Amino acid sequence: MSGPSTYVPKSAIGKWFEQRLPIGGLIHSSFVVFPNPRNLNYFWTFGAILAFMLVAQIATGVALAMHYIPDARFAFNSVENIMRDVNYGWLLRYLHANGATMFFLAVYIHMLRGLYYGSYKAPREVLWILGVIIFLLMMATAFMGYVLPWGQMSFWGATVITNLFSAIPLVGNFITTWLWGGFSVGDPTLNRFFALHYLLPFMIAGVVILHIWALHVPGSNNPAGVEPKTSKDTLPFHPYFTIKDTFAVVCFAIFFAWFVFFVPNYFGHADNYNPANPLVTPQEIVPEWYFLPYYAILRSTPNILFIPAKLAGVLAMFGSIAVFAFLPWLDTSKVRSGSYRPVFRVFFWVFVLCGIGLGYIGSQPVTEGTILAGRILLLGYFAFFLIVLPLLGLLETPLQVPASIADAVLGAHGSTAMLKGASAEPSVKG
Amino acid sequence: MKMRMKAPALRAFAATLVAGALLVGVAGTGARAEGLNSEGYLIPQRQNWSFAGVFGHYDRAQLQRGFKVFHDVCSNCHAASHLTFRELSEPGGPEFTPAQVKALAATYKIQDGPNDSGDMFKRPGKPSDTWPWTFPNDEAAKSALGAVPPDMSLLAKARTVQYGFPYFLAEGLPFFEDEEQGPDYIYALIKEGYTNPPKGFKVPTGLYYNSVIQGSNHLIRMPSPLAMIFDNNGKPNNPKFYTDGTPVTPDQVARDVSAFLMWAAEPKLEERKRMGFNVLVFLGVFASLLYFVKKKIWAGVHDIPPAA
Repeated sequence: MSGPSTYVPKSAIGKWFEQRLPIGGLIHSSFVVFPNPRNLNYFWTFGAILAFMLVAQIATGVALAMHYIPDARFAFNSVENIMRDVNYGWLLRYLHANGATMFFLAVYIHMLRGLYYGSYKAPREVLWILGVIIFLLMMATAFMGYVLPWGQMSFWGATVITNLFSAIPLVGNFITTWLWGGFSVGDPTLNRFFALHYLLPFMIAGVVILHIWALHVPGSNNPAGVEPKTSKDTLPFHPYFTIKDTFAVVCFAIFFAWFVFFVPNYFGHADNYNPANPLVTPQEIVPEWYFLPYYAILRSTPNILFIPAKLAGVLAMFGSIAVFAFLPWLDTSKVRSGSYRPVFRVFFWVFVLCGIGLGYIGSQPVTEGTILAGRILLLGYFAFFLIVLPLLGLLETPLQVPASIADAVLGAHGSTAMLKGASAEPSVKG
Repeated sequence: MKMRMKAPALRAFAATLVAGALLVGVAGTGARAEGLNSEGYLIPQRQNWSFAGVFGHYDRAQLQRGFKVFHDVCSNCHAASHLTFRELSEPGGPEFTPAQVKALAATYKIQDGPNDSGDMFKRPGKPSDTWPWTFPNDEAAKSALGAVPPDMSLLAKARTVQYGFPYFLAEGLPFFEDEEQGPDYIYALIKEGYTNPPKGFKVPTGLYYNSVIQGSNHLIRMPSPLAMIFDNNGKPNNPKFYTDGTPVTPDQVARDVSAFLMWAAEPKLEERKRMGFNVLVFLGVFASLLYFVKKKIWAGVHDIPPAA
């Protein structure tokens, strides 16, 4: 998409620098003149929102780390010290804790947008798989971050999740002990979780760079799901998409700020304001909301053939995320966008409801009813990937796909009209 | 043309979501289940607190009264390990004068040391000290009381009322937001929880029946704290318990101490809400300006040009 950069620095220093490190040209070709499909809707702003959230989490996190003590004796008190005595510590902590929620909310919308508009299809498979890797890293980071305040939910959540590894045959118990650094969740566990919680966001940032690189090779998918063919189909990234993304990020920040300032503990769990106590098991151990569907899958999976329920649950839980990586090959439809796939569209929303339903089941105490409902929803979840998507491509009759993006925007006029913005060569700026 | 038709559909979808959420919100605040739930627990009701809402702020006089209850009654057994004396005079709290706080702290003996000869010693408390506990450690409290009383400095955030689906959806929304379930719970537990057990319910010695407390089969080790201030007819043992002239009633005392505990758990609430309002106003104006800039930049981009 983006050819060799036409960027010419204006100043002598700029020219001198550009000959030695052409970073100006890189930025210019990636975020200034980069041609984006002109029909992107606001669901395409979540990439920018996620980039903003990653930076916000790292910035608040680094500041919090300056005051936090990763020691089982002091961790809880150090968090409370941040809340009371560090200047704007309460703000940093509420931003960071609610930021995790906002990050996941945005990533779920981003992923579902990709799913709906077929953004994983050729030639964007690698882009998509990098996204799945980012998602996995995010989950690991968020899980370990939730352990750090060392409240009751932190401790018992860590106990439940690390115990999952003991389901692995033969070496399970060995691995669990190795993860804990002892024979139960304790001080060594807290220390390594802190080290990893600080490390992983930078790994995420690294994969995000690859993700954007892989995006800029084929360019963005778009709601019509047809590739740009002429310059009429695209608009330069700046100013059209810089302003649109900025507007969306600020709107998202309003939503974020509401929770931070007025209901900061809405997504939290009251029991995490009780210090960790290995001798008192909470009435209910519930993960953060963004893990609830996976928690439901973990708990609902029955014995499968010779695999015991615990191991089957762990496999199903990791499988429910891993299956996303295979989407490009599971979806056999030639048509990308769900807008032109009437049957797919119905199944897409059924899948979304399955996910929300699993989330609800995950928040409820285990009863026969929730187990049964969990199993039905679990079947629905996997059936969407493993049965519906492969078959639908063969059975479904898609609607007429527009000939070009310009057609999608302007109807039949598109192919002949001279569109504003596209015809003009983007001005070269220094 | 298809893309054209999608915009109204999206808008309708968003509108449905918003309307649905608001409906749930109205239901959530208006028609919450009253009385006992299926397991015989009394569900705490939502109370009116001065610190609720976007412009919420603590009532200084109420916090000072609540502090008196905490000081005279609660702190005989409960610790408040995160609370410092100086916080009692900081802005956004009960706002006692620094002199009052200094005098109050000095009435406590705090263990300090070691001194130059290596001995621990007792000294009068200072405003920078955290609230001293009656007991030297958990074991001493357990041996004296039968259990360790929960630390009170974060109690109002460590307790909650779960109204369940779909009410919890509304609790995050503007106008229905609810971060006061902790004080709701504490108020209900001490004001309404101590009822007579149902017929045939055996209460072991040293324990008390409480219809609000969760997860312990209605049993609580704390005797009714109000019984230390009121006689059996609800008449205060000391009608001048409050020095500001507020009538001493069980309802008032329960309300005051719950409000005090909310402040103890969330001393920065006023600053937070004040800043939050400014942030929302700023972001709102900023977003509106960006919206118009965006409209201007995109103006005419998707217009059908006149036939050439």
